[in-house]
Amino acid sequence: MKVITANFVTCAVKECKTSAASFPLHFHDAELEQQELDFQPEFIRNVLPRVDWDSLRITANELGFPSLPETKPEGDALNEEQTLKDLHRLLLETQVIEGKLVCGNCGHQPWMLPPSETPNHVFNAVRGGSKKKEKKRA
Amino acid sequence: MSRPEDILPPDLFYNDNESRKYTTSSRIRNIQADMTHRALELLDLKSPSLILDVGCGSGLSGEMLSEVAPEDGGPHTWVGMDIAPSMLDVALQREVEGDLFLADIGQGVPFRPGTFDAAISISAIQWLCNAETSDVSPEGRLKRFFEGLYASLRRGGRAVCQFYPKNDIQRSMISGAAIKAGFGAGMLEDDPGTKNSKLYLVLTVGGGGLQGDITGVVNGMDDVNVLDARRKAAEVNGARGPARKGDKAWIMRKKEQMQKKGKVVKANSKYTGRKRRIAF
Repeated sequence: MKVITANFVTCAVKECKTSAASFPLHFHDAELEQQELDFQPEFIRNVLPRVDWDSLRITANELGFPSLPETKPEGDALNEEQTLKDLHRLLLETQVIEGKLVCGNCGHQPWMLPPSETPNHVFNAVRGGSKKKEKKRA
Repeated sequence: MSRPEDILPPDLFYNDNESRKYTTSSRIRNIQADMTHRALELLDLKSPSLILDVGCGSGLSGEMLSEVAPEDGGPHTWVGMDIAPSMLDVALQREVEGDLFLADIGQGVPFRPGTFDAAISISAIQWLCNAETSDVSPEGRLKRFFEGLYASLRRGGRAVCQFYPKNDIQRSMISGAAIKAGFGAGMLEDDPGTKNSKLYLVLTVGGGGLQGDITGVVNGMDDVNVLDARRKAAEVNGARGPARKGDKAWIMRKKEQMQKKGKVVKANSKYTGRKRRIAF
Protein backbone atom coordinates (compact mmCIF):
# COMPACT_ATOMS: atom_id res chain seq x y z
CA MET A 1 0.00 0.00 0.00
CA LYS A 2 1.25 3.43 -0.89
CA VAL A 3 1.73 5.93 1.92
CA ILE A 4 -0.68 8.29 0.18
CA THR A 5 -3.48 5.73 0.41
CA ALA A 6 -2.88 5.35 4.13
CA ASN A 7 -3.53 9.07 4.41
CA PHE A 8 -7.02 8.63 2.98
CA VAL A 9 -8.29 5.31 4.26
CA THR A 10 -10.41 5.20 7.41
CA CYS A 11 -11.59 2.46 9.74
CA ALA A 12 -14.43 0.40 8.30
CA VAL A 13 -16.29 0.22 11.58
CA LYS A 14 -19.15 2.68 11.54
CA GLU A 15 -18.89 3.65 15.21
CA CYS A 16 -15.29 4.85 14.72
CA LYS A 17 -16.32 7.58 12.25
CA THR A 18 -17.13 9.98 15.06
CA SER A 19 -13.99 9.36 17.11
CA ALA A 20 -10.93 11.59 16.72
CA ALA A 21 -8.62 8.72 17.65
CA SER A 22 -9.70 6.70 14.63
CA PHE A 23 -7.65 8.75 12.18
CA PRO A 24 -4.98 8.29 10.98
CA LEU A 25 -4.76 4.52 11.08
CA HIS A 26 -1.48 3.19 12.44
CA PHE A 27 0.86 0.78 10.72
CA HIS A 28 1.84 -2.29 12.75
CA ASP A 29 4.58 -4.72 11.74
CA ALA A 30 5.08 -2.80 8.54
CA GLU A 31 7.50 -4.07 5.95
CA LEU A 32 8.55 -1.44 3.46
CA GLU A 33 9.58 -1.61 -0.13
CA GLN A 34 10.80 1.08 -2.47
CA GLN A 35 9.21 0.87 -5.89
CA GLU A 36 10.39 3.01 -8.78
CA LEU A 37 7.54 4.93 -10.41
CA ASP A 38 7.51 7.65 -13.04
CA PHE A 39 7.77 11.07 -11.45
CA GLN A 40 4.47 12.94 -11.90
CA PRO A 41 4.72 16.51 -10.57
CA GLU A 42 1.17 17.28 -11.71
CA PHE A 43 -0.29 14.45 -9.72
CA ILE A 44 1.50 15.58 -6.57
CA ARG A 45 0.28 19.14 -7.09
CA ASN A 46 -3.24 17.86 -7.70
CA VAL A 47 -3.40 15.64 -4.66
CA LEU A 48 -1.39 17.58 -2.08
CA PRO A 49 -4.19 19.98 -1.05
CA ARG A 50 -6.23 16.94 -0.02
CA VAL A 51 -3.46 15.32 2.02
CA ASP A 52 -3.88 15.63 5.77
CA TRP A 53 -0.39 16.86 6.65
CA ASP A 54 -0.50 16.17 10.39
CA SER A 55 -1.58 12.59 9.76
CA LEU A 56 1.08 12.21 7.12
CA ARG A 57 3.72 13.32 9.63
CA ILE A 58 2.47 10.76 12.14
CA THR A 59 2.49 8.00 9.53
CA ALA A 60 5.93 8.99 8.26
CA ASN A 61 7.27 8.95 11.80
CA GLU A 62 5.92 5.47 12.42
CA LEU A 63 7.52 4.24 9.23
CA GLY A 64 10.85 5.83 10.11
CA PHE A 65 10.89 8.96 7.96
CA PRO A 66 11.19 11.61 10.67
CA SER A 67 12.35 14.60 8.62
CA LEU A 68 9.08 16.04 7.35
CA PRO A 69 8.66 19.83 7.57
CA GLU A 70 6.16 21.10 10.12
CA THR A 71 3.86 22.70 7.60
CA LYS A 72 2.54 21.54 4.30
CA PRO A 73 4.46 22.95 1.29
CA GLU A 74 2.24 25.51 -0.38
CA GLY A 75 2.44 28.18 -3.07
CA ASP A 76 5.94 28.59 -4.49
CA ALA A 77 7.27 25.52 -2.70
CA LEU A 78 5.14 23.44 -5.05
CA ASN A 79 7.28 24.55 -7.97
CA GLU A 80 10.53 23.34 -6.44
CA GLU A 81 11.39 20.10 -8.11
CA GLN A 82 13.30 18.75 -5.11
CA THR A 83 10.31 19.15 -2.77
CA LEU A 84 8.02 17.45 -5.25
CA LYS A 85 10.51 14.65 -5.80
CA ASP A 86 10.81 14.05 -2.08
CA LEU A 87 7.05 13.94 -1.75
CA HIS A 88 6.79 11.62 -4.73
CA ARG A 89 9.29 9.30 -3.07
CA LEU A 90 7.40 9.23 0.18
CA LEU A 91 3.80 9.25 -1.04
CA LEU A 92 3.95 7.04 -4.11
CA GLU A 93 7.18 5.07 -4.21
CA THR A 94 7.22 3.93 -0.60
CA GLN A 95 5.09 0.82 -0.40
CA VAL A 96 4.05 -1.08 2.69
CA ILE A 97 3.94 -4.63 1.42
CA GLU A 98 3.17 -6.43 4.66
CA GLY A 99 1.63 -5.44 7.96
CA LYS A 100 -1.57 -4.13 9.45
CA LEU A 101 -3.35 -0.81 9.45
CA VAL A 102 -4.93 -0.51 12.87
CA CYS A 103 -7.56 1.93 14.03
CA GLY A 104 -6.60 3.92 17.14
CA ASN A 105 -10.16 3.83 18.41
CA CYS A 106 -11.44 0.28 18.10
CA GLY A 107 -8.03 -1.35 17.68
CA HIS A 108 -9.43 -4.52 16.20
CA GLN A 109 -10.47 -5.36 12.64
CA PRO A 110 -7.42 -3.86 10.97
CA TRP A 111 -6.86 -3.59 7.25
CA MET A 112 -4.41 -6.36 6.43
CA LEU A 113 -1.62 -6.15 3.90
CA PRO A 114 -1.63 -7.83 1.48
CA PRO A 115 -5.41 -7.82 1.61
CA SER A 116 -6.31 -11.38 0.75
CA GLU A 117 -4.28 -13.18 3.39
CA THR A 118 -6.92 -12.60 6.02
CA PRO A 119 -10.13 -13.99 7.31
CA ASN A 120 -12.66 -11.72 5.74
CA HIS A 121 -12.34 -8.28 7.24
CA VAL A 122 -15.78 -7.37 6.07
CA PHE A 123 -17.56 -10.02 8.01
CA ASN A 124 -15.54 -9.20 11.09
CA ALA A 125 -16.96 -5.72 10.83
CA VAL A 126 -20.47 -7.09 10.55
CA ARG A 127 -19.96 -9.35 13.51
CA GLY A 128 -18.57 -6.44 15.50
CA GLY A 129 -21.79 -4.59 14.83
CA SER A 130 -24.09 -7.41 15.85
CA LYS A 131 -22.10 -8.05 19.04
CA LYS A 132 -22.91 -4.55 20.12
CA LYS A 133 -26.57 -5.21 19.54
CA GLU A 134 -26.39 -8.31 21.70
CA LYS A 135 -24.80 -6.31 24.47
CA LYS A 136 -27.60 -3.80 24.32
CA ARG A 137 -30.18 -6.53 24.58
CA ALA A 138 -28.39 -8.08 27.58
CA MET B 1 -28.82 -16.76 -19.71
CA SER B 2 -27.85 -17.41 -16.13
CA ARG B 3 -26.72 -14.52 -13.98
CA PRO B 4 -23.87 -15.10 -11.50
CA GLU B 5 -25.75 -12.76 -9.15
CA ASP B 6 -28.49 -15.38 -8.86
CA ILE B 7 -26.14 -18.22 -8.01
CA LEU B 8 -23.96 -17.26 -5.03
CA PRO B 9 -22.74 -14.19 -3.12
CA PRO B 10 -19.82 -12.50 -4.92
CA ASP B 11 -17.11 -13.51 -2.45
CA LEU B 12 -18.08 -17.16 -2.83
CA PHE B 13 -18.96 -17.12 -6.52
CA TYR B 14 -15.55 -15.75 -7.48
CA ASN B 15 -13.49 -18.55 -5.98
CA ASP B 16 -9.97 -19.33 -7.15
CA ASN B 17 -11.21 -21.14 -10.22
CA GLU B 18 -13.79 -18.54 -11.32
CA SER B 19 -11.33 -15.69 -10.69
CA ARG B 20 -8.71 -17.31 -12.85
CA LYS B 21 -11.23 -18.00 -15.60
CA TYR B 22 -12.52 -14.44 -15.43
CA THR B 23 -9.05 -12.96 -15.68
CA THR B 24 -7.69 -15.19 -18.43
CA SER B 25 -10.72 -15.25 -20.71
CA SER B 26 -9.85 -13.08 -23.70
CA ARG B 27 -13.53 -12.41 -24.35
CA ILE B 28 -14.10 -10.96 -20.90
CA ARG B 29 -10.83 -9.02 -21.09
CA ASN B 30 -11.91 -7.41 -24.35
CA ILE B 31 -15.32 -6.48 -23.04
CA GLN B 32 -13.77 -5.08 -19.86
CA ALA B 33 -11.28 -3.05 -21.88
CA ASP B 34 -14.03 -1.56 -24.05
CA MET B 35 -16.11 -0.65 -21.04
CA THR B 36 -13.16 0.89 -19.20
CA HIS B 37 -12.33 2.99 -22.26
CA ARG B 38 -15.91 4.18 -22.43
CA ALA B 39 -15.94 4.99 -18.73
CA LEU B 40 -12.68 6.95 -19.04
CA GLU B 41 -14.17 8.87 -21.94
CA LEU B 42 -17.14 9.77 -19.75
CA LEU B 43 -14.92 10.76 -16.81
CA ASP B 44 -12.99 13.09 -19.10
CA LEU B 45 -9.97 13.47 -16.80
CA LYS B 46 -7.49 16.11 -17.91
CA SER B 47 -4.61 15.48 -15.49
CA PRO B 48 -3.19 12.57 -13.45
CA SER B 49 -5.85 11.78 -10.86
CA LEU B 50 -6.62 9.62 -7.87
CA ILE B 51 -9.35 7.15 -8.83
CA LEU B 52 -11.40 4.67 -6.85
CA ASP B 53 -12.15 1.40 -8.61
CA VAL B 54 -15.25 -0.09 -7.04
CA GLY B 55 -15.34 -3.86 -7.44
CA CYS B 56 -11.88 -3.87 -8.98
CA GLY B 57 -11.70 -7.67 -9.10
CA SER B 58 -8.42 -8.83 -10.55
CA GLY B 59 -7.50 -5.31 -11.61
CA LEU B 60 -8.38 -5.60 -15.30
CA SER B 61 -9.80 -2.09 -15.42
CA GLY B 62 -7.31 -0.68 -12.91
CA GLU B 63 -4.45 -1.81 -15.09
CA MET B 64 -5.79 0.35 -17.87
CA LEU B 65 -6.01 3.35 -15.56
CA SER B 66 -2.28 3.04 -14.88
CA GLU B 67 -1.60 2.79 -18.58
CA VAL B 68 -3.36 5.96 -19.74
CA ALA B 69 -0.83 7.92 -21.80
CA PRO B 70 0.46 11.30 -20.54
CA GLU B 71 -1.11 13.00 -23.61
CA ASP B 72 -4.53 11.82 -22.42
CA GLY B 73 -4.02 13.09 -18.89
CA GLY B 74 -2.62 9.92 -17.36
CA PRO B 75 -1.27 7.80 -15.85
CA HIS B 76 -3.74 7.72 -12.99
CA THR B 77 -3.20 6.39 -9.50
CA TRP B 78 -5.95 4.11 -8.30
CA VAL B 79 -7.26 2.33 -5.24
CA GLY B 80 -9.37 -0.79 -5.65
CA MET B 81 -12.04 -2.33 -3.45
CA ASP B 82 -13.48 -5.80 -3.85
CA ILE B 83 -15.24 -8.35 -1.72
CA ALA B 84 -13.82 -11.49 -3.35
CA PRO B 85 -10.47 -12.53 -1.80
CA SER B 86 -9.65 -14.83 -4.70
CA MET B 87 -10.04 -12.00 -7.18
CA LEU B 88 -7.67 -9.84 -5.13
CA ASP B 89 -5.26 -12.76 -4.97
CA VAL B 90 -5.13 -12.85 -8.74
CA ALA B 91 -4.64 -9.08 -8.78
CA LEU B 92 -1.69 -9.42 -6.37
CA GLN B 93 -0.13 -12.14 -8.47
CA ARG B 94 -0.45 -9.93 -11.53
CA GLU B 95 1.29 -7.13 -9.58
CA VAL B 96 -1.16 -4.38 -10.45
CA GLU B 97 -0.11 -0.88 -9.43
CA GLY B 98 -3.18 0.09 -7.41
CA ASP B 99 -3.67 -0.48 -3.68
CA LEU B 100 -6.22 -3.15 -2.91
CA PHE B 101 -8.78 -3.37 -0.13
CA LEU B 102 -10.87 -6.35 0.79
CA ALA B 103 -14.14 -4.68 1.61
CA ASP B 104 -17.86 -4.86 1.01
CA ILE B 105 -19.07 -1.79 -0.88
CA GLY B 106 -22.52 -2.36 0.55
CA GLN B 107 -21.14 -1.33 3.94
CA GLY B 108 -19.89 2.03 2.79
CA VAL B 109 -16.72 3.46 1.32
CA PRO B 110 -14.00 3.69 4.01
CA PHE B 111 -12.20 6.82 2.84
CA ARG B 112 -11.97 10.39 4.04
CA PRO B 113 -14.42 12.87 2.51
CA GLY B 114 -13.23 14.39 -0.74
CA THR B 115 -10.50 11.81 -1.34
CA PHE B 116 -10.97 10.89 -4.98
CA ASP B 117 -11.07 12.81 -8.23
CA ALA B 118 -13.19 10.14 -9.82
CA ALA B 119 -14.62 6.69 -9.35
CA ILE B 120 -15.09 3.89 -11.80
CA SER B 121 -16.98 0.66 -11.43
CA ILE B 122 -17.22 -2.03 -14.08
CA SER B 123 -19.89 -4.71 -13.74
CA ALA B 124 -20.11 -4.55 -9.98
CA ILE B 125 -22.93 -2.57 -8.46
CA GLN B 126 -25.72 -4.91 -9.56
CA TRP B 127 -24.36 -7.22 -6.84
CA LEU B 128 -25.64 -4.70 -4.29
CA CYS B 129 -29.19 -5.67 -5.20
CA ASN B 130 -28.64 -9.02 -3.50
CA ALA B 131 -28.99 -9.21 0.25
CA GLU B 132 -27.27 -12.30 1.59
CA THR B 133 -28.48 -12.12 5.16
CA SER B 134 -31.78 -11.09 6.64
CA ASP B 135 -30.35 -8.12 8.56
CA VAL B 136 -29.47 -6.19 5.41
CA SER B 137 -31.66 -5.04 2.54
CA PRO B 138 -30.71 -4.15 -1.04
CA GLU B 139 -32.03 -0.63 -0.47
CA GLY B 140 -29.90 -0.24 2.65
CA ARG B 141 -26.80 -1.53 0.91
CA LEU B 142 -27.31 0.76 -2.07
CA LYS B 143 -27.90 3.70 0.25
CA ARG B 144 -24.72 3.10 2.26
CA PHE B 145 -22.70 2.60 -0.89
CA PHE B 146 -23.86 5.72 -2.71
CA GLU B 147 -23.70 7.91 0.38
CA GLY B 148 -20.15 6.69 1.05
CA LEU B 149 -19.18 7.21 -2.57
CA TYR B 150 -20.69 10.68 -2.64
CA ALA B 151 -18.72 11.71 0.42
CA SER B 152 -15.44 10.23 -0.78
CA LEU B 153 -15.48 12.11 -4.09
CA ARG B 154 -14.24 15.68 -4.25
CA ARG B 155 -16.53 18.46 -5.45
CA GLY B 156 -16.78 18.46 -9.21
CA GLY B 157 -15.73 14.80 -9.31
CA ARG B 158 -17.45 12.20 -11.40
CA ALA B 159 -18.26 8.54 -11.09
CA VAL B 160 -19.08 6.15 -13.90
CA CYS B 161 -20.62 2.83 -12.96
CA GLN B 162 -21.25 0.25 -15.65
CA PHE B 163 -23.69 -2.38 -14.44
CA TYR B 164 -26.00 -5.16 -15.56
CA PRO B 165 -29.44 -4.66 -14.06
CA LYS B 166 -31.59 -7.77 -13.95
CA ASN B 167 -34.70 -5.81 -14.88
CA ASP B 168 -36.14 -2.30 -14.96
CA ILE B 169 -36.91 -2.44 -11.26
CA GLN B 170 -33.24 -2.95 -10.39
CA ARG B 171 -32.26 -0.28 -12.85
CA SER B 172 -34.49 2.34 -11.30
CA MET B 173 -33.66 1.18 -7.78
CA ILE B 174 -29.94 1.76 -8.41
CA SER B 175 -30.29 5.11 -10.15
CA GLY B 176 -32.86 6.21 -7.57
CA ALA B 177 -30.47 5.40 -4.72
CA ALA B 178 -27.73 7.44 -6.42
CA ILE B 179 -29.99 10.46 -6.82
CA LYS B 180 -31.14 10.21 -3.22
CA ALA B 181 -27.49 10.27 -2.08
CA GLY B 182 -27.12 13.65 -3.79
CA PHE B 183 -25.55 12.77 -7.13
CA GLY B 184 -26.53 14.33 -10.40
CA ALA B 185 -27.30 11.16 -12.31
CA GLY B 186 -27.92 10.03 -15.83
CA MET B 187 -27.73 6.84 -17.85
CA LEU B 188 -25.83 6.11 -21.00
CA GLU B 189 -26.78 2.99 -22.90
CA ASP B 190 -24.54 1.55 -25.60
CA ASP B 191 -26.11 -0.67 -28.25
CA PRO B 192 -29.57 -0.47 -26.66
CA GLY B 193 -31.92 -3.35 -27.32
CA THR B 194 -29.17 -5.78 -28.34
CA LYS B 195 -27.54 -8.61 -26.47
CA ASN B 196 -24.43 -6.48 -26.06
CA SER B 197 -26.22 -3.53 -24.53
CA LYS B 198 -24.16 -1.85 -21.83
CA LEU B 199 -25.57 0.50 -19.27
CA TYR B 200 -23.48 3.27 -17.68
CA LEU B 201 -24.67 5.25 -14.72
CA VAL B 202 -22.94 8.62 -14.92
CA LEU B 203 -22.81 10.48 -11.60
CA THR B 204 -21.62 13.99 -10.88
CA VAL B 205 -20.85 15.61 -7.55
CA GLY B 206 -21.57 19.27 -6.97
CA GLY B 207 -22.27 20.22 -10.57
CA GLY B 208 -18.85 21.37 -11.71
CA GLY B 209 -20.58 23.60 -14.25
CA LEU B 210 -23.04 20.89 -15.11
CA GLN B 211 -25.67 21.77 -12.52
CA GLY B 212 -26.63 18.20 -11.85
CA ASP B 213 -27.22 17.65 -15.53
CA ILE B 214 -25.20 14.92 -17.13
CA THR B 215 -26.17 15.76 -20.69
CA GLY B 216 -23.17 18.10 -20.56
CA VAL B 217 -20.95 15.09 -19.95
CA VAL B 218 -21.72 13.53 -23.31
CA ASN B 219 -21.54 16.80 -25.26
CA GLY B 220 -19.27 16.41 -28.23
CA MET B 221 -19.24 12.62 -28.07
CA ASP B 222 -20.01 10.73 -31.23
CA ASP B 223 -23.04 8.51 -31.68
CA VAL B 224 -24.81 9.67 -28.56
CA ASN B 225 -28.49 10.53 -28.60
CA VAL B 226 -29.81 12.43 -25.62
CA LEU B 227 -33.17 11.23 -24.38
CA ASP B 228 -34.11 13.71 -21.70
CA ALA B 229 -36.85 12.19 -19.60
CA ARG B 230 -37.35 15.47 -17.75
CA ARG B 231 -37.98 17.40 -20.96
CA LYS B 232 -40.51 14.83 -22.10
CA ALA B 233 -42.26 14.98 -18.76
CA ALA B 234 -42.27 18.77 -18.89
CA GLU B 235 -43.77 18.72 -22.37
CA VAL B 236 -46.55 16.40 -21.35
CA ASN B 237 -47.34 18.44 -18.27
CA GLY B 238 -46.99 21.71 -20.14
CA ALA B 239 -49.54 20.75 -22.79
CA ARG B 240 -52.46 20.92 -20.33
CA GLY B 241 -52.20 17.25 -19.54
CA PRO B 242 -53.25 14.46 -21.89
CA ALA B 243 -55.65 15.19 -24.79
CA ARG B 244 -59.23 15.59 -23.61
CA LYS B 245 -61.98 13.61 -25.21
CA GLY B 246 -63.44 15.51 -28.14
CA ASP B 247 -60.65 18.01 -28.78
CA LYS B 248 -58.65 18.10 -31.98
CA ALA B 249 -55.66 16.08 -30.75
CA TRP B 250 -58.01 13.39 -29.47
CA ILE B 251 -59.90 13.20 -32.78
CA MET B 252 -56.66 13.00 -34.77
CA ARG B 253 -55.39 10.22 -32.55
CA LYS B 254 -58.62 8.27 -32.89
CA LYS B 255 -58.65 8.68 -36.65
CA GLU B 256 -55.10 7.41 -36.84
CA GLN B 257 -55.98 4.44 -34.66
CA MET B 258 -58.93 3.55 -36.85
CA GLN B 259 -56.83 3.92 -39.98
CA LYS B 260 -54.28 1.52 -38.56
CA LYS B 261 -57.04 -0.98 -37.93
CA GLY B 262 -57.90 -0.80 -41.62
CA LYS B 263 -61.19 1.11 -41.22
CA VAL B 264 -62.27 3.66 -43.79
CA VAL B 265 -61.49 7.09 -42.38
CA LYS B 266 -62.32 10.46 -43.90
CA ALA B 267 -59.30 12.41 -45.09
CA ASN B 268 -58.14 15.20 -42.81
CA SER B 269 -58.96 18.74 -43.84
CA LYS B 270 -58.79 22.16 -42.30
CA TYR B 271 -62.26 21.52 -40.87
CA THR B 272 -61.24 18.38 -39.02
CA GLY B 273 -61.89 18.69 -35.31
CA ARG B 274 -62.97 22.30 -35.68
CA LYS B 275 -65.93 23.63 -33.74
CA ARG B 276 -69.07 24.42 -35.67
CA ARG B 277 -70.20 27.96 -35.70
CA ILE B 278 -72.84 28.53 -33.10
CA ALA B 279 -76.19 28.00 -34.77
CA PHE B 280 -78.64 30.83 -34.79
